Amino acid sequence: MQPVYIIGSGQTAVAEHWDRTAGSLAAEALQAALGPIAKHRIQALYVANALGSALHVQSQLGAAIASATGLHGAEAVAFDAAGASGGVVLRQAYLAVASGVYDLVAVVGVEKVTDVLDARLEDGLALASDADWEAVHGSTLTAQWAMLMRRYMHQYGYDAIDFAPFPVNAHANGAANPKALYRFPITAEKVRSAGAIADPLSLLDSATVADGAAVVLVASAGIAHELGSPLVRIAGSAVATDALALHGRPDPLWLGAAARSAAGALGSAGLSTGDVQVLELTDPHGIAATLALEACGFAERGVGVQLAREGAITLTGATPLATGGGCKARGDTVGANGVFQLVELTRQLRGEAGKAQVNGARVALAQCLGGIGATAATHVLVAE
Amino acid sequence: MDLAKHWRQRAARYRLEGQRNPTSGAVRFPPEPGETDWQPFALSGQGTVYSFTVVRQPPAGLAEEAPYILAMVKLAEGPMITAQLTDCDPEQITIDLPVEMVTRRLRDLGPDGLLVYGYKFRPQIS
Repeated sequence: MQPVYIIGSGQTAVAEHWDRTAGSLAAEALQAALGPIAKHRIQALYVANALGSALHVQSQLGAAIASATGLHGAEAVAFDAAGASGGVVLRQAYLAVASGVYDLVAVVGVEKVTDVLDARLEDGLALASDADWEAVHGSTLTAQWAMLMRRYMHQYGYDAIDFAPFPVNAHANGAANPKALYRFPITAEKVRSAGAIADPLSLLDSATVADGAAVVLVASAGIAHELGSPLVRIAGSAVATDALALHGRPDPLWLGAAARSAAGALGSAGLSTGDVQVLELTDPHGIAATLALEACGFAERGVGVQLAREGAITLTGATPLATGGGCKARGDTVGANGVFQLVELTRQLRGEAGKAQVNGARVALAQCLGGIGATAATHVLVAE
Repeated sequence: MDLAKHWRQRAARYRLEGQRNPTSGAVRFPPEPGETDWQPFALSGQGTVYSFTVVRQPPAGLAEEAPYILAMVKLAEGPMITAQLTDCDPEQITIDLPVEMVTRRLRDLGPDGLLVYGYKFRPQIS
């Protein structure tokens, strides 16, 4: 296995890009990621996208994005693992470079959601759940996270307000990210007094789905050293799956795929949770971050929410989370989320995160989930 | 239209028919096709609420139903399923509340489509 590096990263603003196509968003992010690297050196283009087939009735996004980004004729393919698509695609690029087959692969996360009305978007998002035994009953991902939140509160004795520090932290960080959808702070009181989107989930503890594209360039040591910029190595990589239907798991509050992929990625990096200095999770709601923190091993079961209450997830805490705003403030770009995570963590490891910089960050962990964690992809990045 | 699919699932949807393994006694729902060592087994329809929510932003096709109560129900025989709660208000529902299956319309797939019927649950009255 050859060592694998992230040598470039770029992102568009996360926003309602009414006048843009998925292709033009991808092209902008790719151009930003390339920097001094000649585009023709890219040997393969892997696209992370969850909703193109459902919302735009368009498949073969690999070919579509290759054309739109000026990579006519290149090997290109799109992968869908719902919200885990970005991490799943990074793993494919990692394997391609680690095996020695390719020296430079572009990982493109792109999602265009604002071309359809809300009900159809909810339908598209619900594709991540079990169509026959969940979605047909009117289940949505938001509703499922809400049910997990209520159960968690019941089982461990918390109130809804206990989860508010997650969106408060996300917004505090998002305010410093020029690419974030929401660039203003919120307070716990505002989260508490906002209406319910799906009881007991507050509207302000729910991410907004929006358009955006992010790109990372994955390369061999040869190309990485040629550039001379600070090196970010992919030290660990793992993907795992769980029962598609949430109700089909022995304990719905335990995200088994998240746990297995985190253990696999940390294990292959030879590191533990204690070594991680900054992290990105699938955090559209505080309950999602809570369960992921517990599954990854950053907290014991039933106490993940306390990491937020105690301030551990802030920039100066032990487990800084969502330094670019997370799903809540940066905006939820569904299949592209995993690539936006990598762009943010690359900025952190290169010391380029500005006001949101975690001092001395050398080890980062990115985890993205498909649906309620039926697919989980985890990567460990190390600054060299 | 998904005709074949809804037809294939009729026993599970209409009478909560799962499967039982005669050797181990294990019960599963939904039934999985293609295995011979599991036999059809009708569940009792009795269960308790594992958790629930009120859906206020429904997916396409359910706008007229919203807001509706969605729940995960732990069935008496062991399996858990996702279904709507009906014939009740959210204020009546608590975790662990006993519920029972009823058959209701799940979806109206439009003028050219099917009326999909299946299980919902209501607070136990029988």
